[in-house]
Amino acid sequence: MLLKTVFVRLLTTAITLFGVAIVVFVLVRVAPGNPIAMMLPPGATEKDIAALNAVYGFDKSLAEQFIIWLGGVLHGDFGTSITLRQPVAELVLGRLPATLELSSIALLLAVALGGCVAVIGARKRGTGTEVGLDLTSGAVLSVPDFLWGLIFVLVFGVLWPVLSISGRVDPRIDIDFTTNFYIFEGLLRGRLDVVGSTLSHMLMPAMSLALPLAAMIAQLLKQNLKEALTQDYTTLARVRGFSETAVILREALRNAALPTLALVGVQFTFLIGGTVIVERLFAFEGLGNMAIDAVINRDLPLIQGIVLLFAALFTVINLLVDLSYTFLNPRLRHG
Amino acid sequence: MADVSTNSPRLILTDTNFRLWLPLFWIGLIAAAALFAPLIAPQDPLAQDLMMERLPPFFMEGSEPGYWLGTDSLGRDVLSRIIYGARIALFVSLIAATTTGIFGSALGLIAGYYGGWADRVISRLVDIWMAFPPVLFAVLLVAVMGTGLGSVIAAIALIDWTRFARVIRAETMVQARMDYVDSARIGGARRAATLVSEILPNVMPSIIALLMLEMGIAVIVEAILSFVNLSISSDDPTWGSMIAEGRGAIHFAWWVLLFPLIALFMTVLSFSTLGEGLKQHFDPVLK
Repeated sequence: MLLKTVFVRLLTTAITLFGVAIVVFVLVRVAPGNPIAMMLPPGATEKDIAALNAVYGFDKSLAEQFIIWLGGVLHGDFGTSITLRQPVAELVLGRLPATLELSSIALLLAVALGGCVAVIGARKRGTGTEVGLDLTSGAVLSVPDFLWGLIFVLVFGVLWPVLSISGRVDPRIDIDFTTNFYIFEGLLRGRLDVVGSTLSHMLMPAMSLALPLAAMIAQLLKQNLKEALTQDYTTLARVRGFSETAVILREALRNAALPTLALVGVQFTFLIGGTVIVERLFAFEGLGNMAIDAVINRDLPLIQGIVLLFAALFTVINLLVDLSYTFLNPRLRHG
Repeated sequence: MADVSTNSPRLILTDTNFRLWLPLFWIGLIAAAALFAPLIAPQDPLAQDLMMERLPPFFMEGSEPGYWLGTDSLGRDVLSRIIYGARIALFVSLIAATTTGIFGSALGLIAGYYGGWADRVISRLVDIWMAFPPVLFAVLLVAVMGTGLGSVIAAIALIDWTRFARVIRAETMVQARMDYVDSARIGGARRAATLVSEILPNVMPSIIALLMLEMGIAVIVEAILSFVNLSISSDDPTWGSMIAEGRGAIHFAWWVLLFPLIALFMTVLSFSTLGEGLKQHFDPVLK
């Protein structure tokens, strides 16, 4: 039964990814504005245009172009960027680490912040503190990452300029890393200057992405904690002499965490989606920022590659969340 | 059965009091500013005056009377541009949210009521759509369709219909199992007629609550598109383009960023608070 569930889920994922490829291809191909015309100097002959069209495969039928493109994609060939004249796969993989680090740090912040607020809210349930936390998280939740980013730009750009509001790392630092995972590789190599500079540049964009999710976690986890705290096993723990905080942390949290984890998994994709505009806002050199440049420059192969990568990332994360939830939840395991 | 009529107007005044009236007050204020912009705005929002560039707001030294919230790098009055910007913000949010709502709810109703292939196709489409990062999708769509108000509205509807489709599909599935649907069918009503006259009124509260949330989202998406210079022509004052200018001039004239940001922030917060308030108001369990 479990195997069948997994198989069906894998199949739907494959269908979704195929659908995504079609949508991306069609959208980008119907885009107006001739990228070939933009590449050639004025006064180029018809022959030059035809030759360049042939190089990029624009002279074939749409269906043929799609099959050629998809075949390339499956072999890891995403074409060549028109504006940057480099392989798309190389460009995209070069930027991916920055976006992954940003999203991961944001996720950590959201879980830590939301978890703390939930525990405090559950500990102080029925008091004014809980009402205050509820109202705050409600308001925080309704404000999207873009606006948080702008607020941070104002606060830390003008009022209290302690953090840099643009870039990924201090440009004066010399970095000769083999990967673009600055935090990860910096830690491994003991280059704490790089780690520190990257983190201080990342704090505000990560915070902008984290706040709405933190508020969501705070609300859901607190609700689940409060439910758990009315159960017999928590009463038993209290009778055995544990303090209320210990009961929450040692008994209730373990049982309340599962539904929250499912939410975090699903919301993580939204958080990654948010990096597009937040990276733009903080001039952070990640995938999202590159994507917007690609759209503005009508760099079709690059747009295709980035959108496809994002979509694949989302689909795989959703798959993993679903599967892990199936494995973790005994009731679904035999469903 | 979810009976809407049990929600008496009295509850609006007591239960969710400030949650509904405070956002309504702000939205009313913005709507009035949008409607009467030519009468209220102290200056021409497009008039550039290089003698008046980067004037600070009224409470700071060096401000000029008549330019209450200061001027931007081209000497244009910030307050007047916010007032005129309200027109585009509200217009986009109203039209885009309604279009999105009609489109998404229709698909949700069909998927939830007819099931079978209709449901499979629509649900798969929702899955595919949800695999795209919304902002990137919006930017891409506007790049494909060309900039302009129509493109912005179409992009919002083309992206966010899934929000309505998912929620309304689930609610329709619940409603379709209710006795009143069976009795309408036994009474001889066609399936399509049952869907429109029996189920639709019962999912309407959710649609209305979602519409409010969607209006807030539409305001943000328009601002984001203006921010990356992909919304409407750069001459028209929009909150997003003002914010983009303000971000660029952050170290010389922070007020160019602050005041449109406040307008945007309050409007988004109002719409979503209103949406949440309505959702709780309509939902007998949450109430």
